[in-house]
Amino acid sequence: MSKNTEFVKFDKVDKSYDGKVLVVKDLNLNISEGEFITMLGPSGSGKTTCLMMLAGFETPTNGEIYLDSNPISNIPPHKRGIGMVFQNYALFPHMTVYENLAFPLRVRKVQKDEIDKKVDKALSMVSLSGFESRMPAQLSGGQQQRVAVARALVFDPAVVLMDEPLGALDKNLRESMQYEIKHIHENIGVTVVYVTHDQGEALTMSNRIAVFNDGKVQQLSSPDKLYEEPVNSFVAEFIGENNTFGGEVTDISKDVCKVKLLNGEILANPISVSSKGEKTTVSIRPERALINPKDKMDNNQTGKIEEVIYHGDHTRVRLDLLGNKEFILKVPNSSNELDLKLGNEIKVGWNSQDARALDPK
Amino acid sequence: MSSETKQILTTDGIPLEISLKKAERKNKIKAFLLVAPLLLFLIITYIFPIGEMFTRSIDDKMITNMLPKTFKSMETWDGKELPSEEVFASFLSDFKILVEKKEHGKLAQRLNKEKNGFNTITKKLFRQVKRNKIDETQSIKEQIMKVHKRWRNVEYWQAIKRTAPPYTSAKYLKAMDMYLNEDNKITQVSEDRRIHRILWLRTVEVAFFVTVFCFLMGYPIAHLLATLPMKYSNLLMICVLLPFWTSLLVRTASWMILLQQQGVVNDFFVLIGLVSDDNRPEMMYNKVGTYVAMTQILLPFMVLPLYSVMKTISPSLMRAGKSLGGTPFVAFWKVYFPLTIPGIGAGCLLVFILAIGYYITPALVGGASGTLISNQIAYHMKTTLDWSFASAMGLMLLGGVLVIYWLYNKLVGVDNIKLG
Repeated sequence: MSKNTEFVKFDKVDKSYDGKVLVVKDLNLNISEGEFITMLGPSGSGKTTCLMMLAGFETPTNGEIYLDSNPISNIPPHKRGIGMVFQNYALFPHMTVYENLAFPLRVRKVQKDEIDKKVDKALSMVSLSGFESRMPAQLSGGQQQRVAVARALVFDPAVVLMDEPLGALDKNLRESMQYEIKHIHENIGVTVVYVTHDQGEALTMSNRIAVFNDGKVQQLSSPDKLYEEPVNSFVAEFIGENNTFGGEVTDISKDVCKVKLLNGEILANPISVSSKGEKTTVSIRPERALINPKDKMDNNQTGKIEEVIYHGDHTRVRLDLLGNKEFILKVPNSSNELDLKLGNEIKVGWNSQDARALDPK
Repeated sequence: MSSETKQILTTDGIPLEISLKKAERKNKIKAFLLVAPLLLFLIITYIFPIGEMFTRSIDDKMITNMLPKTFKSMETWDGKELPSEEVFASFLSDFKILVEKKEHGKLAQRLNKEKNGFNTITKKLFRQVKRNKIDETQSIKEQIMKVHKRWRNVEYWQAIKRTAPPYTSAKYLKAMDMYLNEDNKITQVSEDRRIHRILWLRTVEVAFFVTVFCFLMGYPIAHLLATLPMKYSNLLMICVLLPFWTSLLVRTASWMILLQQQGVVNDFFVLIGLVSDDNRPEMMYNKVGTYVAMTQILLPFMVLPLYSVMKTISPSLMRAGKSLGGTPFVAFWKVYFPLTIPGIGAGCLLVFILAIGYYITPALVGGASGTLISNQIAYHMKTTLDWSFASAMGLMLLGGVLVIYWLYNKLVGVDNIKLG
């Protein structure tokens, strides 16, 4: 069975609440069947609005959304058959866990024994068997969260939407829930649209990530590509850590360009620059810059250590490098021979491939 | 386990519990002193008057104090035939003291309430006593019986004996249109005199329907208030509260202007041709007026608790209900409505209790068919001056409210109430 690559399709969708500002601008997005796609972006970037339009709680101002090739703008939420996990779980506080899970089945007039079976299955999926008669208030945050997930899945929806479902959990729980949700997705193969502002969450869970900013999708690609090859400085800045230099292109060839900085010159990989004289922001991931490189590197610079922060498994070193006082290096704790002291000068090198010349900030 | 069985000591060797109590005593005293004025105020203005009302409603000591010797000697009397010489003698001696104190009129009045005819025969006896016609060396019984033939009638002596107990339930029975007859049996008054029961039923009926109307009108308003954006909901809130800030009397009076036969509402009906000019409906001085005015006046008491509950219900719950496949109605009925029950309970209880004792509005717009038990209480307070009867009815009202509260607690549970 070939998978439908346009299972959910946003077609030129615009959304405005007040008729003055566009919250979502010309959104085109295709989601394949069974995919785990994450909408990632800062708050106010329009990602939740997109989710709400898909769920049916907001109507697109322009454009159309298709679910399995059917336009759904005129279908009310309760007929869309889309499961949803809400930010604060939205469990019905006056119903037991069983009743919460049975709710979507009861409104669909499913037989009683069928309901029992499905609720049982859904609860064992989130490893909460035996909690049927508890009230939501008697559950911990993580358990409530799992019930919410189970409830969104119990009626076998084609698509499940999750609106920052882990936002209220503490860090450890959040991480274990990330894996759990990922495994559930892998096991049942449902299409998941996940909204979050937490990049770590997005990177670990998704097949593809759509980075939203200012109502637009900045980049839509797999997590590794997003991290390694950001297409613009917003994405580079938003995903992971990033060292940047602002400068001007002085020379450019096919896959390398010279960028003149305030006090120095570096070689970089031209991504969104194409001619001399263009302004650019060069972005380098901290782990791509090495201290005292043994191999020959395209860029070799010397920096002064401004700050050393111990992080357990690694040490972060802040350098003053080429006028950038916020240049961060990550040093794994295995390399003990380095003399990381405040005020020391150290050599840093990186390849032009890893220094991406992007649009200016 | 050991912590439960073994006494824990502080580092100084004092048992932990004692140490804790000592540490908290100061705070407790402070807290008590803070509430003490209110407590005192409550005792003086609430608990004490209720106690006073209660004693007044059952108090029947007047005659007990007037005829102490009579009642003492009556203790051995079986009440079937005329009492003995001793009873007559002690009655005369009590009576003489009353004559001296000029209180015999009160006695006559009170006895007359118990049984018609006492007025005349007491007056006659008074004249005999005044003229010293009764010779105490001869049979007093014979002499008194000669004063009037009713003194020879055993029923009158029975009536006197019935007034002996210092306490009486007569006022309560009267409020239920009943009385104790000669044989000490609870009897209903004749049908044409049963007015109180109608009033009680009407009061409950009016309170019930006012509550229903308030609920039907208040629920959507409260919902709107809770869901509208702030700038609109504030405006609406002011509209809800505005009547609150207006004097009750003013509001009732404005309803009188609106509802009277030549009033605004009727004019409007005539204008749009709903009714003909010579056939204007009466909307005031009957139950309609009471319903309309009371519903409007009590509406905020329904809206506010509902609002405070609805405000706490996350809108995502309704969304969840819909996204899980419930139609808007199902989502409302299965999810939203059950969550508002605490507010409904509080609002209904509040409105019902206020409505059941409502006085000014029914008095002004109620007319004959719209007056309630509270108006009757006021009537006895101000016009007949039968305060003990008013107290009895007031206490019955209070008792009724407590019963409703108890019922509510049984059905819904008081912890479910949310007043704000």
